[in-house]
Amino acid sequence: MHTQGIDKQVSELTEPEVALSVEHVSKSFRLPTEQATGLKQAFINWTKGIKGYKEQKVLKDISFEVHKGDFFGIVGRNGSGKSTLLKLISGIYVPDEGNIRYQGKLVPFIELGVGFNPELTGRENVYLNGALLGFTSEEIDAMYDDIVDFAELGEFMDQKLKNYSSGMQVRLAFSVAIKAQGDILVLDEVLAVGDEAFQRKCDTFFANIKKDPTKTVILVTHDMSAVKKYCNKAILIKDGNIIVSGDKDEVADKYSLENMQVKSNSQNVENRSKDDKDSREYPVGLNARVPVLRIHPVSNQIVTSDDNFEFDLEYEFNEDIPFYVAFSFADTKRGGISYDSGSLRLTRKGHHTVRYSLPMKLFNSTDFKVVASLREDDSDNQYKTKMIAFTNEQNSCLFSVKNDYRLSNYALLRKDSIPIKQEYVD
Amino acid sequence: MKNTKDTASESKRHYAMVVLKELVKTDFKLRYQGSFLGVAWSVLKPLMLFVVMYFVFVRFLKFTDGTPHFPLVLLLGIQLWNFFTEATNMGMSSIVSRGDLMRKIHFPNAIIVVAATLNAMISLGINLVVVLVFCIASRVQFTWRVVLVPIGIAELYIFALGVALLLATMNVYFRDIQHIWEVVLQAMFYGIPIIYPLSMATSVSPAFAKFILIDPVAQTIQDIRYWLIAPDTTPTVWNYIDSWWIKMIPLAIVLFVFVLGVYVFRKNSRKFAEIM
Repeated sequence: MHTQGIDKQVSELTEPEVALSVEHVSKSFRLPTEQATGLKQAFINWTKGIKGYKEQKVLKDISFEVHKGDFFGIVGRNGSGKSTLLKLISGIYVPDEGNIRYQGKLVPFIELGVGFNPELTGRENVYLNGALLGFTSEEIDAMYDDIVDFAELGEFMDQKLKNYSSGMQVRLAFSVAIKAQGDILVLDEVLAVGDEAFQRKCDTFFANIKKDPTKTVILVTHDMSAVKKYCNKAILIKDGNIIVSGDKDEVADKYSLENMQVKSNSQNVENRSKDDKDSREYPVGLNARVPVLRIHPVSNQIVTSDDNFEFDLEYEFNEDIPFYVAFSFADTKRGGISYDSGSLRLTRKGHHTVRYSLPMKLFNSTDFKVVASLREDDSDNQYKTKMIAFTNEQNSCLFSVKNDYRLSNYALLRKDSIPIKQEYVD
Repeated sequence: MKNTKDTASESKRHYAMVVLKELVKTDFKLRYQGSFLGVAWSVLKPLMLFVVMYFVFVRFLKFTDGTPHFPLVLLLGIQLWNFFTEATNMGMSSIVSRGDLMRKIHFPNAIIVVAATLNAMISLGINLVVVLVFCIASRVQFTWRVVLVPIGIAELYIFALGVALLLATMNVYFRDIQHIWEVVLQAMFYGIPIIYPLSMATSVSPAFAKFILIDPVAQTIQDIRYWLIAPDTTPTVWNYIDSWWIKMIPLAIVLFVFVLGVYVFRKNSRKFAEIM
């Protein structure tokens, strides 16, 4: 968090040139209301004076700029218009209004392996795909070995594509995509391909391209960890509008929240008769039984391993049944839940605040998010508790463990947290 | 999408040529994919059709235009006609069948139609070699007019391309056009002197014979026959019709259809990806 502020300042001082600018772009589609791909229907519609379609506004006045060297994320839920935006950028669609300008060679990957033909050999497909992406035979000659190496398909290149496994096909397509020597790469949902070893390679590739100031990448994805890992800027699109623009973490968190809201909304639809009012009066995670559940940091939000992290848990619960609280630390850097407190019995009903203090001596530098839930006994399982409320994005709390640079930050647990016994046995 | 650099249009043209080359190559490779005889089929198929027609029309129905080379005239006509049907049919369906591609990547769509017609052109080239071999074997007396043959082929190609562009555009909106065009082709095949000599039409009605000669396909086929094989016996627009402005009608049609095809295609092509 601290370092991000510095990054921002630096980038403002030395603003690189604009690689892609999207200015006030709008796009709408005509959705046929009746099947109109025949002369007969067209004639009938014409005689009846029916338009035969309805206008659907997919993008509304979108503007943003991508600078040279950026790794730019575009996120949004299904149907939000991000693929349309990508197709506009790639020139497949024409904007109804507005302008899209770019500088340099733009290589679009709306889908991997465009033009791949099962009857052609791997080699022929690479050349065909390359030509479609805008490369001459000479240019492909130059990158061919790189592509084959990266795909690890050397011995299969003279086999017909139909004899490839699906994983091999995807690997070949992906290798063409990332070895293509374009200035601006436009990638749509193409991260999760290949086996683990291949994934790791891709990861390294993206990490490298992120550092390369001459390459610009525009990435559409649903994978928020990828956005946080690779992107330096992002936008979130909802219903054809940009609702968050700029900071990638903000965009990624907002996107996750968007998805959570929809989930809880749809849950509410099912039992709308019961708690129709609930969903409107309480933020996500809370309800009439638990109107308040919030975590407040008490100590500094940036602590070292030697410190304790202290926070207050504020709750309101008014029923005469045993109830519990559980909180956990989610590692936002490495992913996963690093610590879970288990159910802790609370004894006072009403509106109260409990203070917790936890030593951080086990951890290396990382970013944690503390989330808590209020729980009751589970009638179905006597060993477990059931969640009745949880803290949403606003009610949770973020904090960082920041250690001296001399300590390794490779693993989450500090090396001295586990006493090692080492002895020769021969 | 505009590239701000000055070289944009040149690099765009270069890109178009690269894609065209790859598409033609691919189409040609895939054409007879999986068949034992492969590319030989592009010679064998029209030859076999020719044998059928030869027996039906020359042997059985005794069609002739008075030259000893009528079978060759017939063969040449069939090859040229095959080119026209192939170019227009393949051109017409090319955009729709490559719709998948166009939804994924942007490139000048016209390339797809051109590639399809060029493939028909390759077949024609192979077949013309066969015709030439036959001509030499049956001792056709070539005249200086042989050098004019490429002009006729060029005219036929331009006409076919214009028609293909027009049909391809219409096909995006209305698939019905495929069936309509099939019927039109069939009517045209029997309407113009391909399997029968023009003299047969003349004997029915001289005015009708003149009318069918105005069809650019008939005009070019007759011209090429005249230039390549039988200058003495082939009636063409130039020697059969008197008034000069009627002679110009076929050329005018070719020009009009080509310009119209290019215009209509260009006007609609940016929307193809969205419509399909």
